[in-house]
Amino acid sequence: MTDLIDILFTTGLWSSALRIATPLIFATLGALLCERAGVLNLGIEGIMTFGAMIGWLAVFMGADLWTGVIVAALCGAAFGLLHSGLAVVLGLSQHVAGLGITLFASSLSYYIFRLAVPVQGTPPTVEPFQPWPVPFLSDLPLIGPTLFSQTPLTYLALVLALAMAYILNRTPIGLAIRITGENPHAAEAQGLNPIAIRIGAVVTGSALMAMGGAYLTLAAFNSFFPTMVQGRGWVCIALVVFAMWRPGRALLGAILFALFDAYQLRLQTNFGKAVPYQLFLMLPYVLSIVALVVMSRKAKVPRALMKPYRRGERG
Amino acid sequence: MTIKTKLHRRTFLKTGAATASVILAAPAAIGQTKIKVAGIHSSPVENAWNSRLHAAMLKAADDGTIEYVFSEGVSGTDYGRAVREYAEQDVQLIVGEAYAVEREVREIAADYADTAFLMGSSGEPSGDNFGTFGTWNHEGAYLSGMLAASMSETGKFGAVGAIPIPEVNMLINGFRAGVDVVRPDAEHLIGFIGTFFDPPKAREAGLAQIDAGADILFGERIGTADAAAERGIKAIGSLIDYTERYPDTIFANAMWYFDPLLAAAVSDITSGSPTGRNYTPYCLMKEGGNDILYTASMVPEAAIGPMEEARAAIKAGTLEVPIDFSEPT
Repeated sequence: MTDLIDILFTTGLWSSALRIATPLIFATLGALLCERAGVLNLGIEGIMTFGAMIGWLAVFMGADLWTGVIVAALCGAAFGLLHSGLAVVLGLSQHVAGLGITLFASSLSYYIFRLAVPVQGTPPTVEPFQPWPVPFLSDLPLIGPTLFSQTPLTYLALVLALAMAYILNRTPIGLAIRITGENPHAAEAQGLNPIAIRIGAVVTGSALMAMGGAYLTLAAFNSFFPTMVQGRGWVCIALVVFAMWRPGRALLGAILFALFDAYQLRLQTNFGKAVPYQLFLMLPYVLSIVALVVMSRKAKVPRALMKPYRRGERG
Repeated sequence: MTIKTKLHRRTFLKTGAATASVILAAPAAIGQTKIKVAGIHSSPVENAWNSRLHAAMLKAADDGTIEYVFSEGVSGTDYGRAVREYAEQDVQLIVGEAYAVEREVREIAADYADTAFLMGSSGEPSGDNFGTFGTWNHEGAYLSGMLAASMSETGKFGAVGAIPIPEVNMLINGFRAGVDVVRPDAEHLIGFIGTFFDPPKAREAGLAQIDAGADILFGERIGTADAAAERGIKAIGSLIDYTERYPDTIFANAMWYFDPLLAAAVSDITSGSPTGRNYTPYCLMKEGGNDILYTASMVPEAAIGPMEEARAAIKAGTLEVPIDFSEPT
């Protein structure tokens, strides 16, 4: 029993949790931004896959790692533009448009990958991001080797979460996004352009999703597999609800989910003989559902979420 | 001046008919020596398992024994359609994977009695034309375990697998049996990632085992060796040769070869024997279906002798590596 608790104080567990959390943080923030403006973006899974592919491919073709991340973000933004064209400008069903984008983006990733990379035994590799210990801070006990010895993308994810919390809550543009998600008619009455704000939020949010995908191939691993996103996008959609549409909580939620995952991997290794492994695999999901039930009672859903805005129509 | 053609209508028709019949008959004559094979892969052909099938069929096509066409990334919902389409095109042998579509593919096979099937499957063969095979490279894993046994300082051996299905279990159990025969006091760690295609997760599982003290990792899944490389320990690959990808980390691979299975099915078709049987025994080392591939310079010299003896004994049939389908704990 003490072993169970001892694991919680190992640096291995916490740094693993942060690594697992990083793609989730990017994509959850992306989904959250879209939803705060009133648009559900189920294209997330496909956009992450495309980001993973195109970011990797750019580096494979000779670009440096940061260019790869930027290329992924731009392609994610392009898919965001497509989604907002369908779901915002045309006001089509956000569910159908989003799922369509997931199917389209995943298949297109596979297609481009096959065209660009010749068939071979194992997929080719790139030199991924290496951990970059922050000077001085990485020497701190426990927190040093976990929080301050990560790859630069993890630091970026953490900073982005704080930045998004600030922008959404403390700046005029954040207010404009929130008001569009609550009541686009009121936004229009204030002289804002709800359509443009929604497009902007979806494009930016999709870029973040693609960066989350790029983390998988440029830091967590060094090759691309067409199915490697493995439902992480759907986890992020749930995390947005868990976070009650707030960036700070999204960050905590992603880290909590990843912590359970990292914990179960260690429990399997140390206690695999006593308990079936399926129980451990279930753990992060079960605990997330429990947390969801407990927390979402207080959640404030953006009022206009999933409601298309058409100018001049009665609200 | 006019040129009178000597070619009469009747002669023209006769010659034409003769030429046409020769042309039409030609493919049939060629078809008797070259078997038309279609591979239907549910993953990209880079995927470790599919790459073994793909490589064996490409090689057979190069050697001129078969004619090979393939589809990759065929999803479970689309698999039946792909099978029917190839069967309609008079493909003689369909090679693929039935795992996700066991019942459907068997039903389709019953509709096409003239088409032979050689499918990766957890089930039994059915009818005269639906042959199955398992993926057995447990003997190679056993031998790699023998090499690994003396290389560990901590005495803890990790293994990362996808899902504890029988084939994955027997492979990891084979590795463990090899370790234990040299080092009976060895401690074994296990981690299943719950999915087949998540290399970042396999890497995390590997790191968790290293954190728990393992200093040799058996990677049933790609990604495991990345954890080993990151922490500077040694690892073993499975199915394919990972040496080039992880030159300082992978010292042995439990290789699996599809070639003898394909050859057996092709010879059954050529001789007109029914192909509705279990081809798994062709995976055995004595048939050339699996083996160990290792880098001698990375392994203690004293370990190589006994391993090679065991290898020879397995090939000679005097040593039988235990087949244990139970879930490793």
